[in-house]
Amino acid sequence: MDHSATTPADPLVVEAMLPYFSEKFGNPSSLYTIGRQARRAIEESRQKVADLIGAKKEEIIFTGSGTESDNLAIKGIAYRNRKKGDHIITSSIEHHAVLHSCKYLETQGFKVTYIPVDKDGLVNPKDVEKAITPGTILITIMHANNEIGTVQPLEEIGKIAKEKNIPLHTDSVQTTGKIPVNVDTLGVSLLSMSAHKIYGPKGVGALYLRKGTFVEPQLHGGGHERNLRSSTENVPGIVGFGKACELAKERLPEEAKLADLRDRLIKGILEIKDSYLNGHPVKRLPNNANVRFSYIEGESMILNLDMKGVAASTGSACSSTSLEPSHVLMAIGLKPEEAHGSLRLTIGRGNTQEDVDYVVSVLPEIVNKLRMISPLAR
Amino acid sequence: MTDGYSEKVMEHFANPRNVGEIKDADGIGKVGNPVCGDLMWIYIKVKDNRLEDVKFKTFGCGAAIATSSMITELAKGKTLEEALKITRGDVAEALDGLPPIKMHCSNLAADGLHAAIKDYLEKTGKKMELPKMEHEDEHAESSL
Repeated sequence: MDHSATTPADPLVVEAMLPYFSEKFGNPSSLYTIGRQARRAIEESRQKVADLIGAKKEEIIFTGSGTESDNLAIKGIAYRNRKKGDHIITSSIEHHAVLHSCKYLETQGFKVTYIPVDKDGLVNPKDVEKAITPGTILITIMHANNEIGTVQPLEEIGKIAKEKNIPLHTDSVQTTGKIPVNVDTLGVSLLSMSAHKIYGPKGVGALYLRKGTFVEPQLHGGGHERNLRSSTENVPGIVGFGKACELAKERLPEEAKLADLRDRLIKGILEIKDSYLNGHPVKRLPNNANVRFSYIEGESMILNLDMKGVAASTGSACSSTSLEPSHVLMAIGLKPEEAHGSLRLTIGRGNTQEDVDYVVSVLPEIVNKLRMISPLAR
Repeated sequence: MTDGYSEKVMEHFANPRNVGEIKDADGIGKVGNPVCGDLMWIYIKVKDNRLEDVKFKTFGCGAAIATSSMITELAKGKTLEEALKITRGDVAEALDGLPPIKMHCSNLAADGLHAAIKDYLEKTGKKMELPKMEHEDEHAESSL
């Protein structure tokens, strides 16, 4: 129940990738047959990735991860437009790939506005509009949050960005393949994707770059990917990503049905006394349930769930290398001890109603046991 | 997180010893900070200068619960002098080690025990040399 962390590669994805490890191992830059085979495979994958988001094939740049795509988008736009301006707008609940890229740019003289969110995790598009200055060169707002699942009103922000002629980037790692994503409808100029969240392989991502939008490359070398991302292409990974996108497009209606399981899960969990939903009740990813329990801490919940055979995650600092609770949970106004008591369950294709009912059946006992130990529970 | 937890930590976490409050406790030690996600209350009952009973209540991660459980086992039956000599390192060692990040943030049980003894000494007006609490400043009890 931790599908937002990663997903297993679909057997069809693995099957598509296999020939490209040893049989068709050519370098796509080579002119002979196996090189051309690899080149063709990459271009076919590029089309499939583009098709999933309503883009043109030429607008897709393959990268090594969603994080790399975010870095290329944000630093790429910033350095490319330095003469035009030095101001970037983002939200306070972005993934660290975006937040830390922005923090880095601040050390390089750029200015960043972090738009706060409401208690459900929503960005108010009016706040984005108000933050725009003549020096604003980029707006980057995630499509949906990886922790609490809240889906942002990106279309409205897209309209504002278009009106002001400022490129809008979105981290779409949690939404592509889960909900409909169309770059024109959303009004984005740049969009980051990752393969391993949609039953593809790890180590491959993509950046959508709208025709007419330009970024400064962050990797210099042999000029691969239109000189925007030098590195010999990860051919098997890219082929797997293409296949994953093709399957994701076909299976989008199935993903929408996960919302029924999610709602069953949330309803079941909230039967527990002093438990609350984190994130927006309706505008949320179809696979995301994030709840918090008073008086107890997340890591100990996760360890107990693990003993019952359930994998989950938490926003508690105790599960990370930093000692701070999740910046997302703090941004929606939770107290530290509330953030520590949060539990994220994200369902996927492999989960059934039985799985959901099982979690709902074991959780009360775990929560009660930990509350018995807790000095906060009275 | 769970990466690096010894079997002993997991065993104490799954079956914590001496959980609960002592209603007429002779001393209570409250350490930790909800911001860090760990809060530990240690209760002691003292008879003839010995820890007759030790119990705990803890809000926190696996390491916080396991170290609380372990300190109650280590301290029970000890004289106050002996109990004051128990260090964070002793607790970690008794649990076959803790992941490095947990050594700092969650290994508060020894501090909790010492705080409980200090509370007892203050209440009874007895004097005894106290060891300096490790990380005292960072983990001062905050108001809830």
